[in-house]
Order: sequence, then structure tokens, then C-alpha cells
Amino acid sequence: MWKVIKNRIEQGCKTSKYPRVPINLYHRYRGRPVVNEDCPMAVVEACAACCPQEAIRAGERCIDLGRCTFCGQCETVADGAFVNFSQDFDMGAVSREDLITDGNLPDLAGHAKTHFKKLFGRSLQLRQVSAGGCNACEADTNVLNTPFFDLSRFGIDFVASPRHADGIHVTGPITKNMRAALLATYEAVPSPKVVIASGACSISGGPFWGSPEIVGDLNSIIPVDLYIPGCPPHPLTTLSALLAFFK
Amino acid sequence: MDNLLAIRHGEAIGREQIPCVPLARFSAEMSSFIGDGGSIVQLFGHRQGSETRLLAIVRNDGLYALGTVVERNFPSLTAATSEKFHLFEREIAEQFGIIPLGHPWLKMVRYHANETGLPDAFGNDYRQETPGNYPYFQVDGSAIHEVAVGPVHAGIIEPGHFRFQCAGEEVLSLEIQLGYQHRGAEKLLTGVPLKRLPIICEAIAGDTAIGHNLCCCQAIEALAGLSVDRGARVVRTIALELERICNHVGDLGALSGDVAFNPPAAYFGRIRGEFLNLLLTLCGNRFGKSLVRPGGVSQVMTDEQRRIIADKLAEAEPEIRHVCDLLFTAHSVQARFEHTGTVSAEVAGRLGLVGYAGRASGIAYDARVQFPTECYAEVPACRNEMTNGDVYSRAQVRREEIMHSISVIRTMLSDGVDAAGPVLMQERTLAPNAMVVTINEGWRGEVSHCLLTGATGEIERYKIKDPSFHNWTGLAMALRNQEISDFPLCNKSFNLSYCGFDL
Ligand code: SF4
Ligand code: SF4
Repeated sequence: MWKVIKNRIEQGCKTSKYPRVPINLYHRYRGRPVVNEDCPMAVVEACAACCPQEAIRAGERCIDLGRCTFCGQCETVADGAFVNFSQDFDMGAVSREDLITDGNLPDLAGHAKTHFKKLFGRSLQLRQVSAGGCNACEADTNVLNTPFFDLSRFGIDFVASPRHADGIHVTGPITKNMRAALLATYEAVPSPKVVIASGACSISGGPFWGSPEIVGDLNSIIPVDLYIPGCPPHPLTTLSALLAFFK
Repeated sequence: MDNLLAIRHGEAIGREQIPCVPLARFSAEMSSFIGDGGSIVQLFGHRQGSETRLLAIVRNDGLYALGTVVERNFPSLTAATSEKFHLFEREIAEQFGIIPLGHPWLKMVRYHANETGLPDAFGNDYRQETPGNYPYFQVDGSAIHEVAVGPVHAGIIEPGHFRFQCAGEEVLSLEIQLGYQHRGAEKLLTGVPLKRLPIICEAIAGDTAIGHNLCCCQAIEALAGLSVDRGARVVRTIALELERICNHVGDLGALSGDVAFNPPAAYFGRIRGEFLNLLLTLCGNRFGKSLVRPGGVSQVMTDEQRRIIADKLAEAEPEIRHVCDLLFTAHSVQARFEHTGTVSAEVAGRLGLVGYAGRASGIAYDARVQFPTECYAEVPACRNEMTNGDVYSRAQVRREEIMHSISVIRTMLSDGVDAAGPVLMQERTLAPNAMVVTINEGWRGEVSHCLLTGATGEIERYKIKDPSFHNWTGLAMALRNQEISDFPLCNKSFNLSYCGFDL
């Protein structure tokens, strides 16, 4: 008992004051990219050529955040003349097109569907389905339950049964072998329900794009309401997207 | 041993040097090597011209290679010699349609079509959804009941299917069927430009992003003749140890949560995050993705990052010690951890367990000691005191490894050499007709990649082995004659990778 109390005192209260007090991430973190539209075409093309994800559309001078794994390779071309990654972790989007960006993302809170806010704003129960990812997306979703983030203080919980859920949160590129189980889980959630695609994998196949063993795009089998980009999305990206979309 | 070729990890050799012996000779050599206590690092099929060959990479104190040509089948070594072969042979049957004759448990591994077009080894029609034709082991009897769990589990975890045969609360048998995470990683790695390789390897198992990507990058370095400077090797060593700490700390917290002792679960959950943030400090990603690239590291560690890491270690080390003390001295925890899920040294040896699961059962093998890469030749080994093979031992090994990793990182931080510069991913020409095996001690144990290149240096075969491939069977054995309610605890004490296994 004494040890419990001693440890409790040593640990103190570690829960962050976010979103009331903003959090600044370390400068090496790569969040929303800042794109230089005036950059010479040769540099843009060099960036596109080195991108392992083919996420850069040179002609439109855009980056597809649904494909990007935020590896930072393009930022090293010509000292970041075309792309620089900011520490802004707010990157949720309501449509796939919004993720193909010149660096600006529409305000998520404004674009969120009001009926979702009304239905789920005070209580949101999600069923997580892991469908072929690398488990980093799952791990960084799970940390939202640790004391620092303390997700349940916002009325958001991950639940065990789809029957108790208001929607599903999907990670991974949807392997062929998980397709049926994913659809069955989706079916088991009572309507109205929301669908969240989290991580490059569920949006575009992520690192596994092109593999014949995956579906690669969640939206092609069930309609997606909210996209959260990243590989994996930083926990704050997920948290801020959930708050902006539902609160 | 006469036919085996001694090789070195991380060094490329010409494929023509790999001895290719008749099948009977191959079987005899494998039988005697494994029978004498040797272990399998890799055993897989590959195409060579119009032939299918098997390539075995085995170890005792050294590392050896041996190959053979197979037609439609071969006599199973699982049946004749050792269980160590059992999943490797099933994988060969699944990937190539070549049958290990007499295999006692010939079932699919991941559920996908083979690449030779031979009749499917399991009679599956892959237009059907998984799991296809998979007969589960069943125990008969009026008092026996069966419990099926998954693929979608109750928490935020990966998919897999567990089938328990129980008499009341007691588990008589547990069968684990995986494959739901199969993304075709090995196949994908042979067809894509080199720039995609590290990205894919970092996603084989996200909690082992550093471990798998190190194997990949070391292999490319060997095949492209690249050297890695001292400063970059220091960063890689630190990153691999940070990855180990993150996972061990997280698992100790989860184990505590599984026995309903909440304070350590909350504290360790938070502390794990602090270590993930140290990986972010190094490279911008909490799992160390983007850090390791062929030839070095993508970002230099400067005094700024050294100081952040050193300060965080100074703060977290006493916290970890105190929370460990709280966890390991609580009677309610001891009562649940001790004598639960025991894997005896004899069983662990027979199955060939690796990593902390092996070490907790008294199998000392640690690739950092036996096949050191990066800076591991310079640091002292971790010694594990508790080797009873139960949940308590597996937890205790984690505790010891966390402390050891902290001291390794401190040693590395005191080495003030910066990496020569950031290294970017570039297209390289790889040595033609070559073979390389890389081995690293990831946090779960031995991670190994083996690459075979073709006539123009293209990658013809990319074989991956996650330590989970050895250890899942250990979990199934740990559950024998346990209460089914101890499953979460046993499972967490192993914490194996689904995606690392499924590839
Ligand atoms: S950061 Fe994104 S856009 Fe840039 S190279 Fe990497 S994947 Fe491509
Ligand atoms: S998006 Fe990236 S982190 Fe998430 S599951 Fe896919 S590979 Fe892993």
C-alpha cells in the first residue's frame, strides 16, 4: 500500500491540458507539409521522383497525404525548396480529395457533418478494426487511453463489441484475408454509423500499395466519413481530428 | 557438417558458392545438425531457373548455408527429426505447393495461393474468403467444449483466430490460426524500386520497425558495398534499444493491467510514450520509421538530441525502477504471474524459442552477443537471472533488459562522434547472383532477412523471418492445462506479432 502511495506521489498528474493549452511537438516531427508553389519545376520533379509512395503530383504541385508516409525524403531535395513539414498535427479531412493538398487543408470542424456532432458529440463509442496494418497505427490509437491523453475525458471510448459502437475506426490496408471480417464488423454496428479511415494504409494501401493481397482503399468497400493521415498518425492527429469532427 | 558452407551474417556471397547437394544428403545434414542442438534461422524455397530449391540457413556457434533441389515433395524433417522444422515446412508447402511427406500437421500458414501453379497443398480455393479448408484439432468427449476467438478481438489489437479445446476451465489444447494480416510483403519486395524497400520493411511489424529495417538496410549495404560510419552505427544501436525499452515497458504495464493491478498499468503506459517520443526526437517518427537508410541514418544525432535523451533517461530510470518494484513485489501480482503459462527449458529447446521468451526458459541465445551488428560487439551482454519459463520469468527478463538497454544507450551517448551526414535513399546497383543473410536481435528476438539477387542484381527472392515465427507455438504450449482465464496474461507475456508472422 505504501508503495502504491509513494509511486502515486512520484508520478503526479500527467494528463495534458490539450486542447485548452496547445502542445508543441519537437521540431523533427513532420506534420502538415508547407508547399512552395513557386518552386522551380525541376525541383518538384526531383521530389516526385524520389518519393517512395508516388505521393507527389508534380503537375499540380500537390502532395497526396493519403499516400504519404511522412518519411521526409522529399524535404531533403534542394534543402526543402518544394516541401517543408510543419509541426502542425491537425490533418484530418472529410473527403479523399481534400488530402491531395498544396499544404492547405479545409477547416475540419466546419466541414464535419452536423448530424454526427448532434448524435455523437457527447458520447462516441468506436470499434477498432485492425485490417492488415503494421500495428503501429493500432499502438498509437491505443495510447489515447493512457493518462497523458486520457481519451475518455472527452466522452470517446473504444468498445469491445460492434453492437455497442457508433462506428468503426479502421487501420491497415485491408488484406484480402480480413475483408470479410471487416465487412461483418461494419454490418454489426447499428445505424447511423460512422467510418473512420486511419493511416496511409487504410486510405491508399500505404507502404503496401500495389500488392495483389490487399484491397488498399477502405472507401472502395465502405463509405468513409473521416480520414486521418499519417504512418502512423500521431496520437494528437487522431485526437484533434476526433474532437474537430464530433465536438 | 561436411557439406555446410560457413557464412557470415551481413556479408554477401556468390550464389554459386552455396553448396547444392542431393535431397537425401540435405535431409541427412539437416537432421544431424539440428539433432545436435543447432537451430534454424531460415529455411525456404526459391526459384532458380526452372527449378525450385530449398535453402537452409542454420546456426550453432556459427552460421551455415546449404541448398538442395526439390521436385514435387520431400521427406518431412518435422516427422523425422524435430518440431523446429514444422512451420518452415508448412510455409514451403504453402508458397510453392511442394509437399513435406509425412508432416504431422500439414496445414496452411497464411492462406494464399502458391507461386508455382502446382496443385494447392491444402485443397483450398482462394476465391473463397479465409480460412478456407482448415480442419481444427478437436478433442472428443461429452464434457469437452470448444471456444473460438477472433479474428476480430475485443481490444485494439491485430486479428488472429484462437481455438481452445477445454474441459471446464482447463485448456487441453490451443490452436492458433493466423494469416489475416497477410499483405504479400515478400512478393512485393521483389518487384518494387529500391526506394520502397525501407518503407515496406518498416511496416512488416511497426513495433519492430527498427529491427526489420536494420535487417533490410544491412542487406542492401552488403549487396551494394556500402559502409556505415561510426556515428551512424551509434544512432542505430540507440534506436534498436529504444525500441526494446518502449515495447518492454508497455508490456509490463499491460501485464499489470491484465491482473487488474492498475497503477503500474497507467504509469508504464505513460512512460512507454516518453520513449516513443525519444525515437521521434531522433527522426520525427514515434516508431523510428524513416531513421535507418542504407549507408547510415537519415538524420544526424547532435548534442541537442543527446541531451534530450540523456535527460529523459535520468528522469525515467528511477521511475521505472520504482514502478517495477511496485509491480513485482505485489502479492496479488506474484500469485498470478508465478507458475502460470510455464514453458519448460526442454519444450522451449525442442521448439527453438528465441528472444526473451527463450531466455525466460533458459535458452541464452541473444543475437546481439552471437552475431553482433552495429555497435553490439562493444557492449556487455544482458544477463537473465530468472529462467523458470513462466509469466513471472518472461516479465522479469523484460525488467532486466530495460535496465540493460538504458545502460547501453548511456554508453552510446557518451560516444560523442556525430554521423558523417544524413544518408538518403538512392537507387543502387546490387551485386548480381549474390546471397546475403542479416540477423539482428529485435526486441522480440532474432529477426532475419535473406536476399537472393539475379543476373542483373535484381532481387529475386526476399525472405523475411520475424521471431514470432518461432514463438507462436511456444504460446500454444504455454496454455496447455492452464485455466482459459489465464490466456490474456500468457498472451501478453509473449506479446507476439501477427503482422510480423503473416508478412
Ligand atoms: S514525405 Fe511523403 S511526399 Fe515526401 S517523399 Fe516521403 S512519402 Fe513522399
Ligand atoms: S499506415 Fe503506416 S503505421 Fe499505419 S498500419 Fe500502415 S504501415 Fe503501419
